[in-house]
Amino acid sequence: MFETLLRLPHAIGRAVLRSLAHVGRFSLLTAELFRALGEWRIWLPRTLDEARNIGIGSLFIVLLISGFAGAVTALQTGYQFTGSLPLYVVGTLIVESIVLELGPVLTGLILAGRIGARYAAELGTMRVTEQIDALESLGRSPASHLLIPRVLAGLVMVPVLTVFANAIGVLAGWWSAKQVLPISNTDFTYGAQYYWRPFDAWYSLIKAFFFAASITLIPCYMGFNTKQGAEGVGRAVTTAVVASSVIILLLDTVLARILLHS
Amino acid sequence: MIELRGVRKRFGDQVVLDGVDFTVGDGETVALLGPSGTGKSVLLKHIIGLIRPDAGAVIVDGREVARLGRKELSELRTTIGYVFQNGALFDSMSVFENIRLGITDEKLFNDRAYCAERIPECLKLVNLEPEAAEKLPAQLSGGMRKRVGIARAIAGQPKYLLYDEPTSGLDPVNADIIDDLVKHLAETLGVTSVMVTHDVRGAFRVSDRVALLSDGQIVLEGTPKEFLASADPRVRAFLERDFHNHPFAA
Repeated sequence: MFETLLRLPHAIGRAVLRSLAHVGRFSLLTAELFRALGEWRIWLPRTLDEARNIGIGSLFIVLLISGFAGAVTALQTGYQFTGSLPLYVVGTLIVESIVLELGPVLTGLILAGRIGARYAAELGTMRVTEQIDALESLGRSPASHLLIPRVLAGLVMVPVLTVFANAIGVLAGWWSAKQVLPISNTDFTYGAQYYWRPFDAWYSLIKAFFFAASITLIPCYMGFNTKQGAEGVGRAVTTAVVASSVIILLLDTVLARILLHS
Repeated sequence: MIELRGVRKRFGDQVVLDGVDFTVGDGETVALLGPSGTGKSVLLKHIIGLIRPDAGAVIVDGREVARLGRKELSELRTTIGYVFQNGALFDSMSVFENIRLGITDEKLFNDRAYCAERIPECLKLVNLEPEAAEKLPAQLSGGMRKRVGIARAIAGQPKYLLYDEPTSGLDPVNADIIDDLVKHLAETLGVTSVMVTHDVRGAFRVSDRVALLSDGQIVLEGTPKEFLASADPRVRAFLERDFHNHPFAA
């Protein structure tokens, strides 16, 4: 027991040093990304390819999940509020829930798994098979060849996918509400517009942009710093997905506090 | 010329290089021998600046690698071709695109006509058919991957070629083909070559000089014959394994 207590400061010290090392390496990687932005001839064509991959590849799963989220929101709203509130409130709840919260957050979490895992695995494998070293040995910058295209493609495409997710979520919710409630289109649109503020759409996009940064930067960092072979790649992927998902939920709270209550 | 002066490197508690002094003259082919895990690849990566020494200096063409800025280091790397142990080919790109990345001059890299001419030329130099250019690395055998790795390293017409275990994992016939290729490239291109290997036979076939890295230090440098005549117990221990099979042993 006493020995364990004696080791505690040592363990805390090591954890602090490890965390600071991560912060330092992450800052250097981010600085390198900004520096390499000037090499646009290299990253631009790769970014377009990557954006196409992310956009087309993720569209189906994003629409599927947001569609179900919209439908469930409608069904539960109908179950809870029928008879106690005017029906048009259903329109308000569905639109606000989807646009302010479910659309961006669910899209972010799905893409943290889909894109984040892919980025960490790709870069991690490239690191342990010396492909990144090979790129550097050829006098080429891994930032402009590998990192900027992935990060920029994510920063552009995640908000775009969020817009689609919001639209499908609302449409699915509207359709589901009409299946279980005697609500007319006029009631639904009246409710949807009653509490709507144009800032709500911007808020959704701002959130998506920050989530995109988490979905791309963290997995790129984890993959880029992978060590110790296949096991290291597995660890990098798991850490990348868990860390970016947690950061998304943290950002969700922080942005709500800053943007909606300031 | 490549010079290492008192290079030290440790990873955690493990001292890998403990004051390495090593020189490679222009036009020479030097084999760096040593058992697995003695830091041969680490030493090679110091030369191209992929690893920085904890102490000492790595000097290439009079420039200290660790002191170079990003741009200068990038320029230096264009004069060095590095052949990685397992090829390190970009697996999402065709052989053509892999070799094209080796063309380090940006103007030539973007010149389609030059690339269309240069890449089959590089494939020919490493005894591969031009049709191999369309394949993906996953469609190649181990020996072919190594040769494509060499083709990529020579595509930019470097002054130096660094080989990291070019014959490891190959059968004796393919290992001989790669060894002959190393020798052929040194002769036809006039490049300075450093080959890291634990294959004594191959090292003696291709190199002008050999050096043995043991316990973090170069314990012997000399011609293959001097190496074989050495009474140093570390050299004897290393040679023991296949000394009797060696052509010089007769």
